[in-house]
Amino acid sequence: MKKAINLSVNGVSHTDEVEPRMLLVHYLRDVLELTGTHVGCETSLCGACTVMLDGQAVKSCTVFAVQADGSAVTTIEGLAQNGELHPVQEGFWEKHGLQCGYCTPGMIVSAAQLLDRNASPSREEICHGLDGNLCRCTGYQHIIEAVEYAAKKAAGS
Amino acid sequence: MPNNYVGQRVKRTEDPRLIRGLAHYVDDVALPGTLHVTFVRSIYAHAKITGIDTSAARSAPGVVAVYTGQDVAAKIGQVPCASALPDLKVPDHRVLATDKVYFVGHPIAAIVATDKYAARDAVDLLMVDYEELPVVTDVEQAAAGGPVIHEAFGDNIAYKLTSGEGDIDAAFAAADRTVKQRVLHNRLAPIAMEPRGVLARYFPGEEELTIWSSTQIPHLMRTQVALMIGIPENKLRVITPEVGGGFGSKLNVYAEEALLGWISMQLGKPVKWIETRRENMQATIHGRGQVGDVEIAFKNDGTITGLRYSVFADLGAYHQLLTPAIPTLTGLMLSGAYKIPAIQMNIIGCFTNKMATDAYRGAGRPEATYIVERALDLVAAELGVDPAEVRRKNFPSPSEFPFHTATGLDYDSGDYETALNKAQEIVGYAKLREEQKQGRHDGRLIGIGVSTYVEICALGPSQAMPAGGWESATVRIEPTGKVTVLTGASPHGQGQETSFAQIAADQLGVDINDVTVIHGDTGVVQYGIGTFGSRATAVGGTAVYVAIEKLKEKAHKIAAHMLKADASRLSFEGGKYSLQAAAAASATGTSEPVVPVGEAPAGALPEPQTEGKSSLTIQDIALAAHLAKELPPDTEPGLSATYFFEPKNFTFPFGTHIAVVEIDHETGDIKFLRYVAVDDCGRVINPMLVDGQVHGGIVQSIGQAMYEEVVYDEQGQLLTGTLMDYAVPRAKHIPDFELDRTETPSPVNPLGVKGVGEAGTIGATPAIVGAIVDALAPFGVRHLDMPIKPENVWRIISRG
Repeated sequence: MKKAINLSVNGVSHTDEVEPRMLLVHYLRDVLELTGTHVGCETSLCGACTVMLDGQAVKSCTVFAVQADGSAVTTIEGLAQNGELHPVQEGFWEKHGLQCGYCTPGMIVSAAQLLDRNASPSREEICHGLDGNLCRCTGYQHIIEAVEYAAKKAAGS
Repeated sequence: MPNNYVGQRVKRTEDPRLIRGLAHYVDDVALPGTLHVTFVRSIYAHAKITGIDTSAARSAPGVVAVYTGQDVAAKIGQVPCASALPDLKVPDHRVLATDKVYFVGHPIAAIVATDKYAARDAVDLLMVDYEELPVVTDVEQAAAGGPVIHEAFGDNIAYKLTSGEGDIDAAFAAADRTVKQRVLHNRLAPIAMEPRGVLARYFPGEEELTIWSSTQIPHLMRTQVALMIGIPENKLRVITPEVGGGFGSKLNVYAEEALLGWISMQLGKPVKWIETRRENMQATIHGRGQVGDVEIAFKNDGTITGLRYSVFADLGAYHQLLTPAIPTLTGLMLSGAYKIPAIQMNIIGCFTNKMATDAYRGAGRPEATYIVERALDLVAAELGVDPAEVRRKNFPSPSEFPFHTATGLDYDSGDYETALNKAQEIVGYAKLREEQKQGRHDGRLIGIGVSTYVEICALGPSQAMPAGGWESATVRIEPTGKVTVLTGASPHGQGQETSFAQIAADQLGVDINDVTVIHGDTGVVQYGIGTFGSRATAVGGTAVYVAIEKLKEKAHKIAAHMLKADASRLSFEGGKYSLQAAAAASATGTSEPVVPVGEAPAGALPEPQTEGKSSLTIQDIALAAHLAKELPPDTEPGLSATYFFEPKNFTFPFGTHIAVVEIDHETGDIKFLRYVAVDDCGRVINPMLVDGQVHGGIVQSIGQAMYEEVVYDEQGQLLTGTLMDYAVPRAKHIPDFELDRTETPSPVNPLGVKGVGEAGTIGATPAIVGAIVDALAPFGVRHLDMPIKPENVWRIISRG
């Protein structure tokens, strides 16, 4: 039996009927057609599906859509404001923090939360903050530099 | 010609769509009415299928169709193997199992349903009766007469091959000393972050099939799938949208690609299958998986005289596209960066009840480098000399290139000592050795590992490749002056939309933003080979380069005609054909650009105006070539050129990696103190991209050396079936990389580039293992097999 949910995604309110077992990531991708959030492992280990749920970075592959009822979700598509890239997005571009790009949306959302909590993280703190996100292409060094760039950029503006 | 872009750190043109979540991978392509496919896969490693009951699955809500191996056996051809080795045994490899299953994850049935949840539900309703058979997962047991996997062959040996040149027996007989070591290359899972996925849509009226697939080889896949399902190749279009990493795992033709295409043709609807990570671990190819003995012969002064490697290659249950060929690449690279007069490799390739091995980043060459570098470390230990000095002693000098190896290759160019010197200088080698000595005195376990690797890239001359080793490019300048590059390479993270645009923009003297690089669509791009084997820039970039040279020959003739000058009096600079100084003096016109083509009013193509001009931009010429009113006689309209570049040789990048580690006495934990990599990949198009390739490769090496291992138990159950059990390195596991380069251009292609995609996975593993072994030398350790985990280290320390 389907259940009605109402939630805000990237500032837009949505009401839908969903199966109780529908995963949040499938709701975002298949129902709302926000395909920037990726599925990489279905077991919350790779972090490709990371989104913000009421300001907390969560793995949307292991959250049911019904659990997000009444919540505010931010996905990768909602990070840039008025056509301006989020400092973390800019950092990833500037520092070559991505190659194939598949882990990137989740990585960027995690990094954005990291900077929300700690405006000038050390390298060790960045690594800790990104521990739930796997990247197979970059070897992480440029990702770490991207987050450092974003921290500096955010501090300067 | 001045380079505005080539050699520069140019930010990627790919990135804006990727960082905003607006790119399209296969699963992001949504077609109305799409049906979803899920596979029922074997839960046993070796069993007879005694019955399949599909009735409950067929009647489950949302299920549209169920196909078993019997349903498709006569309709879909074999999964192809492109390797042609003498006396190679090639088992039947059907897209779905018919009477037997050979590994856990072997596909048995495909369920098609209206949504993915319904398809997944029905998997549990499809009943398969199995009769279990004895299992063999250990490659040496498989070779020695364990349970036979393919009865028709009588044993599990797929092929035996001996390769190499020189008198190996004489080399060993005459040596002052020899060392022998058993070495294991752990089986690895490539783990592209995007699992595989296929979307297929058949248009019954047009009789055309389009397959979107996450592949590295769209054209080769199209050819093979067309043959498998019997559709004319020119009615099949393959599109690779964004591809989320490959590392060789998508350099293949998989059962699912053919099946989805065929199912779409049966049902007349779009069908989609997206691989789960568990399926990816079970049924996407694995890499490495060799175990064998290396023996090295040498003189007391450290001169290497011979090397022999006898190895069992764990091929898995079937051949995928290149399975049997991968270990032969190991044989090619066993000379490493050294003069070794006699080399022999003896391969026994064996079937086991596991997923097939195939090309994983490096593909046979990391194994070779690891063997040679470990052997050199053993020589150093045996002689009590520094491992860097043993290496230095055996390098060919730069004047000895092209350098012929006893594996039958001719290395193009190299200067190995300079790279070693540079790496030693950066790391402060002599001082480090002192610190290590002092550290040992103080009870610290510091280790230094050196790897002076050479790799084989730019695969390759067609004579040496199963399906052609060339690459193609079409470059055209559109009427509005925009430049379109169509490449047969199929980048999936390497950044060639940017680096090829750099090449084109410089050669044509246009703004890089005027260049678009298109790839991965067989309906749009001329036939190509694809991206693998560190080939895309060296072979595909060269095709772009030569295509532009051809295009410019034509543009030059048109320019001469339009400027009413002899072609020999025109020069091309800064994007313009100009009358040379002397000639210009006698011309009456101005050298202003004639028509600002990019700013033409909407809907109107400007008329080229040449009257009284002494120069024309290449974009002006493109417009004139399309309008075709002012062309020299017998000149084809349009401004476009296609080139298929056939490389005459491979390229041989090289470098030195130095890893410094410290081991925790109490826990066995291994910490990087330094990591220095000096790589030489020939001429560099974009240093930022090269650094990224090197970083990524080294971290995959760290994975192999310290964390990753595909483990099957004795029953053939995959114990590392999720990312919880298979340890991919995370951000906290990496050192702070210190990268540098030397630049020895390759003479093989006009760009001088060599390739860099696999350097990190080839050069780094022996440096890391060498460092750990060196740290443990006080405990009498000379070699450890990978992955070297803290537990192994702790046991050694605890033993004392």
